[in-house]
Amino acid sequence: MAAMRVNALARDDMQWRITYNHERCTLCGHCLSSCPFRAIEAGVEKRRKVISDHLTPKPKVLFQTVPVIRQVLDHHEACRGCGCCEKVCPNEAIAPRLNLETRLPIKHRGTTADGYKRGGRSNLNPMGNTLDKITIGRISQMTDPSLDAQRHTFDMLAPLGRVLPPESLPLRISETGSLGITESLPPLNWMYPIIIGDMSIGALSTRMWEALAIATAYLNEEVGLPVRMCTGEGGIPGRLLRSHYVRYMILQIASGHFGWNRIVNSMPDMQDDPAGILIKIGQGAKPGDGGMLQAKKVARHIQEIRGVPKADLLSPPNHQGLYSIEESVQKMFLSFNSAFKFRVPVAIKVAASTTSVSVYNNLLRDPYNIVGGFFLDGIQGGTGAAQDISLDHTGHPIVSKLRDCYLAAVHQGKQGQIPLWAGGGMAQGWNLAADAFKMISLGANGVFTGKLMLQLAGCVGLDNGKCNACNTGLCPAGICSQNPVLVKRLDIDKVAENIVNYFIATDQELKKLMAPIGNSSLPVGRSDALISTDRAVADKLTISYAC
Amino acid sequence: MCRIGAIKSRDYIHPSWALRLMRSQQKGHDNSGFAMVMQDLGGVFENYKKYPVLSMACTEEGMKTAEDILYSMGFSRIGQWNPEIRPADNLNIEPMPIYVFQFFHYPKSMRNASQAEKEQLLVDARITLRRALEANGEGYVYSFWPDTLTLKEIGDPTDIGTYFNLWEESKDFTARIITAQCRQNTNYDIVRYAAHPFFLQGYTVLANGENTFYEKNKHFQKSLHKGYIGFESDSQCFLYTLHYIHRELGWPLKYYKHTVTPLPFEEIERHPERDVLLRIRSSLAHLEINGPNTLIGVLPDGQMFTCCDSKKLRPVVVGRNEDMVVISSEVNGINEILPDRDWKQDIYPHARETVIINNELEVNQWQQCV
Ligand code: SF4
Ligand code: SF4
Repeated sequence: MAAMRVNALARDDMQWRITYNHERCTLCGHCLSSCPFRAIEAGVEKRRKVISDHLTPKPKVLFQTVPVIRQVLDHHEACRGCGCCEKVCPNEAIAPRLNLETRLPIKHRGTTADGYKRGGRSNLNPMGNTLDKITIGRISQMTDPSLDAQRHTFDMLAPLGRVLPPESLPLRISETGSLGITESLPPLNWMYPIIIGDMSIGALSTRMWEALAIATAYLNEEVGLPVRMCTGEGGIPGRLLRSHYVRYMILQIASGHFGWNRIVNSMPDMQDDPAGILIKIGQGAKPGDGGMLQAKKVARHIQEIRGVPKADLLSPPNHQGLYSIEESVQKMFLSFNSAFKFRVPVAIKVAASTTSVSVYNNLLRDPYNIVGGFFLDGIQGGTGAAQDISLDHTGHPIVSKLRDCYLAAVHQGKQGQIPLWAGGGMAQGWNLAADAFKMISLGANGVFTGKLMLQLAGCVGLDNGKCNACNTGLCPAGICSQNPVLVKRLDIDKVAENIVNYFIATDQELKKLMAPIGNSSLPVGRSDALISTDRAVADKLTISYAC
Repeated sequence: MCRIGAIKSRDYIHPSWALRLMRSQQKGHDNSGFAMVMQDLGGVFENYKKYPVLSMACTEEGMKTAEDILYSMGFSRIGQWNPEIRPADNLNIEPMPIYVFQFFHYPKSMRNASQAEKEQLLVDARITLRRALEANGEGYVYSFWPDTLTLKEIGDPTDIGTYFNLWEESKDFTARIITAQCRQNTNYDIVRYAAHPFFLQGYTVLANGENTFYEKNKHFQKSLHKGYIGFESDSQCFLYTLHYIHRELGWPLKYYKHTVTPLPFEEIERHPERDVLLRIRSSLAHLEINGPNTLIGVLPDGQMFTCCDSKKLRPVVVGRNEDMVVISSEVNGINEILPDRDWKQDIYPHARETVIINNELEVNQWQQCV
């Protein structure tokens, strides 16, 4: 009898269990070739069969060796539940099933002495989805008629850039009785209130990134929606920098300064300014943790853009020389502003945290009037790789933090002076327009979203640990992998089309929400339009409670 | 729906004109009140134009509280006018015990003070009085400003007219500018302060409409000026924005319209003032008004204007003859008091238009878009 190895991985330890129906399997092998994780393998099983081929029963026992597909029991090659095998199987013979009894998280740590790493976002949502507990309760009816969403024109642009208080605008009345601007002002750009959030060209496959860029350009030039896209950390291709499409891009600088050289070197040849610069201090899904691009995803073009060898690329969680908020403003903002000769707004992105209100308050007092935006990223965001522990257990929900920041600005009488943009879990319930509308009513000037773009591209991952293998370089959808075989799975045109269509639909839906409250322009801070059936949510956000 | 009206006249006129203007539109309001602001006063007030007039409705105790405060601030009373009250049992009106219209000397220490300092003092005094009277429910302070008188009352406008003997024309009680509304607010309980017209430092605004941006307007205005208080009505926001743009920022009147109903971005892009308008749109985003509105305003120099929301969802008409210009929600109001005018000259302002009546009673129309 074999020794009983209690600590060996068993099927019941896996987070996903492969159910396999031998009877239906024709051994075509599609599933094996579809699984990027090598979580299933071909094997053989010995079968015992009793048959009788006489007129009267005359049983005899047959032993047969049959080929089968079976699950690999390994920490590194564990099934991710991505469902690709199920998708390609012509006979419904194989499928992953969530195993609620899983012990993989402790087995992994116990065996490898290392944290479990994955991509995606939090698998725990103990707070529930706050935005889904809010509805738009103030509907215009009798004397303040609602608008006709189909025919009415709506003004849906949000600012990025430092907004001066009216009394500080350098204006002079001319002889003709008109106001004229007498001095140069901080740069200010107007854009669609939904930005495609920062996902780097290293984290995403080149094709995915390209699809986002194509969708953005198409939205601007064909659809007429001035949607901007944030490049994420790590630079962008030189050709794009030198094209006019750069005007739709918000260039991101993070602590690693990856790719910034390329941008600086391209400046003399740039024919247009970018839409903005976003300095990333923190990311919502793993605040206090730097970016992590594992060596297997550092493909040749990434090495070129960033000027790095094929090695794990870890952005430090903190910016060098960032000693205080004042210094961050002074050093980073002044240098990035001056790089573009004060023509491009420079904004900052921080992870939502109990301290982010202090940061925002402090920035609002910035004497240089140079901070062009405050991007707040909540716990539910995140696309890149991280430790499971960071994704699930650190961070701050975005809704109340956004509200706190807005109300802090109201308290100072400075609302709107540093535009507030918030993201992290937008469209968790699959509806971006509703979430954007609610966030704007709570005080955001606009929102940003990244994860949803991946879903539109065909990401098979979900909460509860489905796939979430973005860190492995083996993304089965080819979205965040640099593996040439996997990347080919992504249909660039289809992805761009899905994203464009989603934005068109979202734009209509936003209007469908603005019309009933009778607003032609964005309802920034119109929290009186919202109600919550959850007393605690209503109290915390200072909106009406209704039941 | 509110009905509003305003008269600007070459000669002094009696409030009965305003009452008649408003009463003819009676079907459109609920007879819950009547309020008016009279500016450029005549009659018994004519010789006191320099002196601030306190308009207040209060109890006996309120009267005493107010007097104590004003005396302690150094003001001294130089005269008063008492309306000729005619109470009767059948009148639908909820009057206050005392109506105060008194003239004051500025405190001695202020005699050589600048105009700006005096104006500041008057705002401070009014706010102090209001707070003190509010604390014990002793009364309501509507205005404390030279050459200005405010009356706000709850009840049927006809009965209010009877109670104050406003139907009977008299040469004692007249003004060249009278703005009026027949109705109390409906948004909340009836609050005397909530009736239009609203007044602050020489600026008067009344509106027929809804301000769906009330909350964001209010949040922003609260920190802009200490006189921006009350917020009993969403329409008060319109006054404060006018005051802020025109007086605090010192911008020409046209930028009031550019602030409250900014042009759509597409039109701003084509506008010769593009850069300025985009900055206004960003810096004053919280003073925008959304919702159906018609506004009538009076500036401290006596100019009167009207403008509407960006879609012109509420009516307004301007009628005139040689001696008088009348702005009214409905034309029947103007027909009532100016039956012989040339009605072909009536103006129905457009959404993007501001109609301004200067002190020579010339009517100018200004277009927001090019
Ligand atoms: S579900 Fe995905 S990871 Fe699991 S075996 Fe199938 S293809 Fe492989
Ligand atoms: S499909 Fe790709 S992007 Fe989606 S969770 Fe899996 S690895 Fe990540």
